[in-house]
Amino acid sequence: MPTETTVIMTDFLVYALLAGLGVALVAGPLGCFVVWRRMAYFGDTLAHSALLGVSLGVLLDINLNITVIAIPLMMAMGLVFLEQRGFLSLDTLLGILSHSALAAGLVVISLLPDVRVDLMSLLFGDLLAVTKSDLWVIYSVSAAVMGLLALLWKQLINITVDSELAAVEGTNVALVSTALMLITALVIALAMKVVGVLLITALLIIPAATARRVSKTPEQMAIAASIIAMLTVVMGLAMSWNLDTPAGPSVVISASFLFCLSLLYRRQLS
Amino acid sequence: MSKLLLTLETIHKAFGGKPVIDNVSLSLHQGEITTLIGPNGAGKSTLAKIILGLIKPDSGLRKTNPDIRIGYMPQKITIDPTLPISTLRFLQLANASQTACHEVLKSMDIGHLAKTPIQNLSGGELQRALLARAILRKPNLLVLDEPVQGVDINGQNALYQMINSLAKSLNCAVLMVSHDLHLVMSATDQVICLNRHICCQGHPEQVTQDPAFIDIFGHTTAIYSHHHDHDHNLHGEILDETTHAHRDDCDHD
Repeated sequence: MPTETTVIMTDFLVYALLAGLGVALVAGPLGCFVVWRRMAYFGDTLAHSALLGVSLGVLLDINLNITVIAIPLMMAMGLVFLEQRGFLSLDTLLGILSHSALAAGLVVISLLPDVRVDLMSLLFGDLLAVTKSDLWVIYSVSAAVMGLLALLWKQLINITVDSELAAVEGTNVALVSTALMLITALVIALAMKVVGVLLITALLIIPAATARRVSKTPEQMAIAASIIAMLTVVMGLAMSWNLDTPAGPSVVISASFLFCLSLLYRRQLS
Repeated sequence: MSKLLLTLETIHKAFGGKPVIDNVSLSLHQGEITTLIGPNGAGKSTLAKIILGLIKPDSGLRKTNPDIRIGYMPQKITIDPTLPISTLRFLQLANASQTACHEVLKSMDIGHLAKTPIQNLSGGELQRALLARAILRKPNLLVLDEPVQGVDINGQNALYQMINSLAKSLNCAVLMVSHDLHLVMSATDQVICLNRHICCQGHPEQVTQDPAFIDIFGHTTAIYSHHHDHDHNLHGEILDETTHAHRDDCDHD
């Protein structure tokens, strides 16, 4: 007969697992776009500004769900503005914004009167502290993101292949790329809970890079990335449970392990 | 009179305070082939992108016929190798059926490459694939940005022949950008030489009478002789920009 403790233990493990799977489901296809469009550094920048979003939200007493999305989006718009002025390369601009946002986030957290923010859980995720209401948020945002991706799939592939060709053929490139930016900010806000701001990009790009080796079409790669990301969540949580390691880093290390395995797989030449 | 598809009126465009396109007006008619030539940095690609509607001019008007359908063949495209996409799928992005894509690939002699990842095509094969995508939309205006770049003189003739017969079968206007100042496609109706402003325009001289020329270049290339109001160095860059001024033989004001 299970004791009360084991019931609670399995409860939060189930919540953690469901939360991780919900995020992994969307991290797969979105991660593919991050890889295809070489947006890894951009993802980092948004993740770091999400940390700033949390700390500003606490400082100014604004709903965290709003600031954690709004600050990265403002950062993305600032990036577009600076890039158009064209006096620094995108790479340098991303470096400036990304680390400024991280530093500002850390400074603002240190300014908060009492410790109301668990810095470690923000940086590395706190999957095991997921509540039922978190699950609702994760699954409704995941569903919205999946819906948007499905709706815009063809246009997204088209602007990823060549935005000018897509524009001449009638795709509204500005609208579709803004939508992708919004989707990225949403997924990053979700993934923060699972792996924390420092490891978000890993959860996006490692499963996608692994999926590349077994895919022949964009759709195959997106689905494979989803499955691989979900697998790494299960592996990471199992590792965390058995070895008492932090959940977020365990998930990422599982993803890295699968990626290494995929390197051994030799694709048949078609 | 052939249908007027697009006109530009006194277009100006500057990047970062530096004028790139200065007072350019032109019109494109259905069935006419226009070649846009000019030295490096003359603003040819910028003008092509203004025609395509990809770049908004600072001032001036771009008017299009409501029936206009533009097919665009860019100078080059770079698709990240991590995106798994076949040549066939690349063509299907133009909203075309699989059968139509197969047909157009065959007509370009690259039917056997349908399943090949687009990133694995050679330079010449990729140019054909890009041309295939441009014509899939059955355009009445075909904009080709340096279509023969990096292709040898035989390949150039073959590509010119292909473009010429396509232009006839589609009955479309063609705007071709070329970096070559003196050799243009002989079927060209109108040559526009751009150096930020239009410095001259006219018909290419037919040189088909000269057997030596035909020997070297074949029938599809012609010499366009024109007098610049500026000089070029070996790289096609404009020399002595500061003293550049419009001369009397510049046929614009």
